[in-house]
Amino acid sequence: MAKPILKIEALTHVYSQGTPFEKTALDGVDLSIDRGEIISIVGHTGSGKSTLIQHFNGLIKPTAGAVYFDGEDINASKESVKKARSKVGLVFQYPEYQLFEETVYKDIAFGPGNMGLDKDDIDVRVREAARFVGIPAEKLDVSPFDLSGGEKRRVAIAGVVAMLPDVLVLDEPLAGLDPGGCEDILNNIRGYHEETGAAIVMVTHSMEIAATTDRIVVIDHGRIALDGTPGDIFSRGDELRAMGLETPAVTKVVDRLRAMGLDLPAGIYTVRQAREAICALRDGRKGGEDRA
Amino acid sequence: MTHDIAIKTEDLMFFYATGDDTPPREILKDVDLEIRSGEFVAVIGHNGSGKSTVAKHMNALLLPKGGSVRVFGLDTADEDATLDIRRQVGMVFQNPDNQIVSNVVEEDVAFAPENLGVPPEEIRRRVDKALETVGMEEYKEHTPHLLSGGQKQRVAIAGVLAMNPKCIVFDEPTAMLDPVGRSEVLRIIDALRKKYGTTVVLITHHMEEAVAADRIIVMSDGRVVMEGPPRAIFTRVEELRALGLAVPDTTYLLWELNKSGFSLPLDALTTEECAETIYRSLQ
Repeated sequence: MAKPILKIEALTHVYSQGTPFEKTALDGVDLSIDRGEIISIVGHTGSGKSTLIQHFNGLIKPTAGAVYFDGEDINASKESVKKARSKVGLVFQYPEYQLFEETVYKDIAFGPGNMGLDKDDIDVRVREAARFVGIPAEKLDVSPFDLSGGEKRRVAIAGVVAMLPDVLVLDEPLAGLDPGGCEDILNNIRGYHEETGAAIVMVTHSMEIAATTDRIVVIDHGRIALDGTPGDIFSRGDELRAMGLETPAVTKVVDRLRAMGLDLPAGIYTVRQAREAICALRDGRKGGEDRA
Repeated sequence: MTHDIAIKTEDLMFFYATGDDTPPREILKDVDLEIRSGEFVAVIGHNGSGKSTVAKHMNALLLPKGGSVRVFGLDTADEDATLDIRRQVGMVFQNPDNQIVSNVVEEDVAFAPENLGVPPEEIRRRVDKALETVGMEEYKEHTPHLLSGGQKQRVAIAGVLAMNPKCIVFDEPTAMLDPVGRSEVLRIIDALRKKYGTTVVLITHHMEEAVAADRIIVMSDGRVVMEGPPRAIFTRVEELRALGLAVPDTTYLLWELNKSGFSLPLDALTTEECAETIYRSLQ
């Protein structure tokens, strides 16, 4: 089996250790992310998910345990941290608040510039990154502050994409966007994944967004509580609710129908699955009546 | 004097000055709205539809470039009325961090009434009541920046309540909150109008948040394009999707089932109603 691109081993993080404010944010987390995976990390506020992703590229150091990028301990040396910083791209919540340059071009070029690339390489990367996020070339010379909220978000994501990370981590990438804007950004992220084969990690509160990923990791009280496909995870509604999380609305409808005695499968989470299962049930019954 | 109409806009037009010779883009065009006293109205629209711009006209943060806005009978263009209008219409914004001014929760809530010159004993009473309404009384001596996003937003709402406004405009108040914080804020909004008869305007792009409203106003491209009770609006699935708005998945499921030969009413607003509708059709 191919080795994972990112491997977290027995990771513990304690904030303000040795003070009265000491708080264990992560407690013995093991997690391994393969190349090309699309996963979501969900958990309620304070569950430790933001602390976890800040370890992915060495922004904060483990109190105990280790983080390996491509088999190498990222905290082993200055060079290994530096490598992780460019290979694991972190897009924070509301990244548009971090735009600062005079033009969109310069803002996107900031990350690759720090990687010591020459001007031509940077130019290629900026244009590619802008294309990935759907920012047209003529907007590269305008001030990022003249863009709409959704465009600013995309420029901020482009700034990280321009470093061509092997793992792209996004913290609540869709917060505050309207449904159309959400769909655009999800498509941009998927496009980057498809063209580069990068692993995508989305941190989110939204079960509807988590449902679009291949694997869901649920964090609760600094530990990994559940890890599986959306179907697995959403068939455990009671456990999720106990952790302050919800299932998607469609799952709730189907679970309710199941509770009312209808023979529908557990773990349904898309409108399409629900429609198919309900139609199958109706057609099965009709078939039964016809035979009788 | 009491007014049956809380907010009334007539032919409201607005644009931002461009600062150069390029012609300004109209953000609002001929917006006619009437919000009755005690009503709960949700204004929905995609980013850039003009919904927040309308909201900012409701307490004279922005003034019309054309047409007029009346708030409890007062014309927002009349500068002498501005203070009175702002006292009657409170605003709650998206980001709770931008709305907190003090280091202690109860001082933060007292900020507005202090500025209005309310006597100290009355401020004490209002602050206690406001914190109780939002369920934050036990945090009154805490520091706001250590609270969760949802708790901060509740403090921000208490700060507005302490002004005793007749109307509160919520501009995407849950956009930055987690599901728990979101449902807390929505519960408070619902309680405000039921318990106190406060007029509520909720700006959002989450259809799910609009289900409790008396009326939904849908905006697109600076205009009002649909208006009606939630049950009537939600059934217009195709029109809403054409406007870049998602209907709740519960409605979408019923609509999809109808395409597969069911004939279900689309007006189920909750997951329970949706399940009930499907269950009955299968019996």
